[in-house]
Amino acid sequence: MKRIFSLIVFSLVFGLSLSAQGYKVGDKAMDFSLINVDGRMVSMADYPEAKGFIVIFTCNHCPYSIAYEDRKIALSKRFEPMGYPVIAINPNDSTLQPQDSYSQMIVRANKKQFPYPYLLDADQSVFKTYGATRTPHVFLLNKENNDLIVRYIGAIDNNYEDADAATEKYVENAIKALESGKLPDPDFTKAVGCTIKYKKS
Amino acid sequence: MPIMLVNILILFNAVFYQPVAENDAKPAIMDFETFQQYLKHENDTVYVINFWATWCAPCVKELPDFEKLNQKYGDKNFKMLLVSLDFRKMYDTRLIPFIEENKLSAEVILLHDPDANAWIDKVDPSWSGAIPATLIYKNSFRLFHEGGYTFDELNTIVEPLIN
Repeated sequence: MKRIFSLIVFSLVFGLSLSAQGYKVGDKAMDFSLINVDGRMVSMADYPEAKGFIVIFTCNHCPYSIAYEDRKIALSKRFEPMGYPVIAINPNDSTLQPQDSYSQMIVRANKKQFPYPYLLDADQSVFKTYGATRTPHVFLLNKENNDLIVRYIGAIDNNYEDADAATEKYVENAIKALESGKLPDPDFTKAVGCTIKYKKS
Repeated sequence: MPIMLVNILILFNAVFYQPVAENDAKPAIMDFETFQQYLKHENDTVYVINFWATWCAPCVKELPDFEKLNQKYGDKNFKMLLVSLDFRKMYDTRLIPFIEENKLSAEVILLHDPDANAWIDKVDPSWSGAIPATLIYKNSFRLFHEGGYTFDELNTIVEPLIN
């Protein structure tokens, strides 16, 4: 009996990491309503003029997220005026990663003067719906017939260590493609990142 | 005068130089192309290849379990490789001190290849890129897992593969 129980536990633990399917390119993305570092709730519906969104699952503690911080700010400054605002979402459970608590998010946002909303996925439902697995993890959404369609999933560029050494600027190129009526290529990339810290319930 | 200086130096070294215990070989730094060879040996050895970083809390948490596994099977047909994905600039400031402080016995290498999209699928197509992640293989047996392992889980997988 005990053996069967541990087998079940074993498969549950392993099954969880596989069950996070989430969105694929071409899927319709759902809107959310999450608390921002300024205390207000933010939804994509708050941006009726937007042509799309650069949704980035990110956090305070992860060195990869930190390495990309200035690039996220640059994306926001460059593409929000063109109709593609950056929306950053912290998916981590702060009981597991105290540096990623709401109060620490506020500290970080103020220090770096984030020009974009930095939202807390407090019940951790949004990252699961999207299928984010690591930080940072980008989902580029494009508004098509009033739906938000996922058009690119992956990394910001192909060099986490050095922005200047990046030879493929995936997100930038994807938006350029959309702007000229094409589909991004590549539309999916992988990157090393920090696992999202969530309670295994 | 120069001879005296040399003598002083020798004396100084004898008094103050103490060899670092345990694993004092510095981790090799390699790009993916060089690293690939570790993914496809066919020599009856059980390879346990763990991708980690010093700043990755769940990775650090599971390292003692990997160490325990390495202690248990280190003299068998078994090879553990701890593949650090720390940034290159953290090599001296974080990685080396971490290995010394934690007295890691398994071989550590630093995989330095920032174009990760080009190589993640070559480790395993199911890997999203998040760490920790571990590949266990022996000849044609292959098991990749993104996420943490406990000693018991590792042992359950590895034990039947040991000759």
